[in-house]
Amino acid sequence: MKIAITSTGATLDATVDSRFGRAAMFVLYDLDNDSFEVVDNIQNLNAAQGAGIQAAQNVFNMGAGALITGHCGPKAYAALNAAGVKIYAGADGSVESMLAKYRAGELAESNEADVEGHWV
Amino acid sequence: MKIAIASGKGGTGKTTLSVNMALAIGRPLTLLDCDVEEPNSRLFLETQQLSEEVVNTLIPEIDGSICNGCGECARFCQFNAIVSFGTKPLVFAEMCHGCGGCAKVCPQQAIKEVKNRIGAITTYKTGDVTLHQGCIDVGVSMAPPMIRELKKKMSESELVILDAPPGTTCPVVATLSEVDYVLLITEPTPFGLNDLILAVAMVRELGLPFGVVINRVGVGDDRVHRYCAEEKIPVLLEIANDRAVAEAYSRGESLVDNVPGYREIFAGVLPRIEEEYKRWKQ
Amino acid sequence: MKELVVISGKGGTGKTSITASIAVLAGKAVIADCDVDAADLHLILEPQVQQHEQFFSGKLARIDSARCTSCGLCAEYCRFTAIVSEAGGYRVDPNNCEGCGVCVRFCPVQAIAFEERHCGEWMISDTRCGGMVHAKLGVAAENSGKLVSMVRRNAQQIAEQTGASLIIVDGPPGIGCPVIASVTGASRVLIVTEPTVSGAHDMQRVLKLTRHFDIPALVCINKWDLNPQLTEEIEATAESAGATVVGRVRYDALVSQAQIEHKAVVETSAESAEDIRNIWKRIENEL
Repeated sequence: MKIAITSTGATLDATVDSRFGRAAMFVLYDLDNDSFEVVDNIQNLNAAQGAGIQAAQNVFNMGAGALITGHCGPKAYAALNAAGVKIYAGADGSVESMLAKYRAGELAESNEADVEGHWV
Repeated sequence: MKIAIASGKGGTGKTTLSVNMALAIGRPLTLLDCDVEEPNSRLFLETQQLSEEVVNTLIPEIDGSICNGCGECARFCQFNAIVSFGTKPLVFAEMCHGCGGCAKVCPQQAIKEVKNRIGAITTYKTGDVTLHQGCIDVGVSMAPPMIRELKKKMSESELVILDAPPGTTCPVVATLSEVDYVLLITEPTPFGLNDLILAVAMVRELGLPFGVVINRVGVGDDRVHRYCAEEKIPVLLEIANDRAVAEAYSRGESLVDNVPGYREIFAGVLPRIEEEYKRWKQ
Repeated sequence: MKELVVISGKGGTGKTSITASIAVLAGKAVIADCDVDAADLHLILEPQVQQHEQFFSGKLARIDSARCTSCGLCAEYCRFTAIVSEAGGYRVDPNNCEGCGVCVRFCPVQAIAFEERHCGEWMISDTRCGGMVHAKLGVAAENSGKLVSMVRRNAQQIAEQTGASLIIVDGPPGIGCPVIASVTGASRVLIVTEPTVSGAHDMQRVLKLTRHFDIPALVCINKWDLNPQLTEEIEATAESAGATVVGRVRYDALVSQAQIEHKAVVETSAESAEDIRNIWKRIENEL
């Protein structure tokens, strides 16, 4: 399975980006062969509105089955849920530390949006 | 004649001017409160509510039995109001601008448009003045559809006064389109001048005739007067900085009925506008 | 890092004047002027612009008159009356175009281009109270909510780089998109209101919004002595809505004089300066 992590940088030691819709980029990690690629989110950073919804669409299109991020608003949550992507919100620290936690089963799946949505 | 009252920023006396002009004119007219995020005109009129109508926009509704999950609607939508994961798409009503494009592009014709509430228009009447107040629901972010709906009431009177939202952005432009004359109200202060310059740029771009009302004359300095003189902008009214005015305002009272001398002052504005408008037309 | 957003619902309550004073009292904060529709804070803080950027948001349709066959389908399909019929063909009125793309998609001869819309500019500056991010929106520009987000994001970056512990945001009026964009995720919202029926009415709408987004609200009443009774009522309303009242500022004719001198009220000998200092102490405790 592939897992998407919002990141502030293009390496595994970069800090998790707490934003989802307007995250700087995604690290798309393939758990089956321990490789990763970086997917930028520039288009979304500049989205006039609905960045969270568009980001959910992008995560789905990348083929990720799970997402690790800081905060996830209600619209993005609804969209990810409909896409069948599991959400692990509340992340902080480095991308690799979150991956380690995920592997160790220490991350709890989010059952609801953890922040109120907004319009931008 | 359709007259809009606008200003570069809020709190300069737009509502005071609209309401008191409407009350002082002395013949039937329609007052539209287009400040649909924070409508306040009603607070200064002793009125009875006549009616309330819900205002809707159109949003898509997708028929899951016809939709094949192709995602064309989601790809088309510029506002991220539709998202598709290969099954029936999700619609986010609050993001939708109501352009109708999704229904048109759907190859299966699985989308129809349905009503979605954004707020209400309330109608009040007092003497000669019929007030229609638009108010969007808290959490609704799009004012222009409400303003467009409100402006449909313009046809009911020969004379219409529109109380515009503050600023120079899209809701204001939506208010000003198709009016005959714009009154820009400001204060004689540095902030007042800065905001007036922005408002003047806007009405000039829209190609509308306009004049200025200076409120609270006596505070600040003469920079707004100097600017209007240099730019050859007519100053149609000056309202003195008067604590009696501020106090009547704070209590929600009209000036024409509660502060001596103000009925005559506000009654004089319309003839001045008509004069300026005639000059502009020539 | 804390973020204090100053809003008012209604314009003209003295929000920007009080924001300027708070910026001075806070010392080294980062200031974000998100009142992009009618930005005035720069008149007091006199920013020295260091960096200037253009701002694009959304799309705008443009008809290529050489290819247009004047079939009128675009005008028929446009829901926003943005297609204007003129002698010699059709034209898009940018003031009404919402950038939905319907005309672009359905033009039978592909005569309509879909371009990025230039909406304004934003700047990073230095002031005597710290870094400042501010912006200017073009006339009739769409979506200042996005610009607000960008101004805030840049202010946060500057705060991170310079180690500033506080960001002070001068928020926009109303309760629409730009206000929502300016308050989401903030530590505290300071609502500056005045004892008028409109001030009371608009404060309640703003408080609904801050509750909706679960942001702790502080309230101060400017020009309170214009109507002491209404001031008390507003304070009671604010408290019963879960907000914290942090003080009152007296009506002071010298506020305009401070503006003329490009000074914050607390940089002058105006009597209301004392009131603002007391409010700032309360806010500091709350933060």
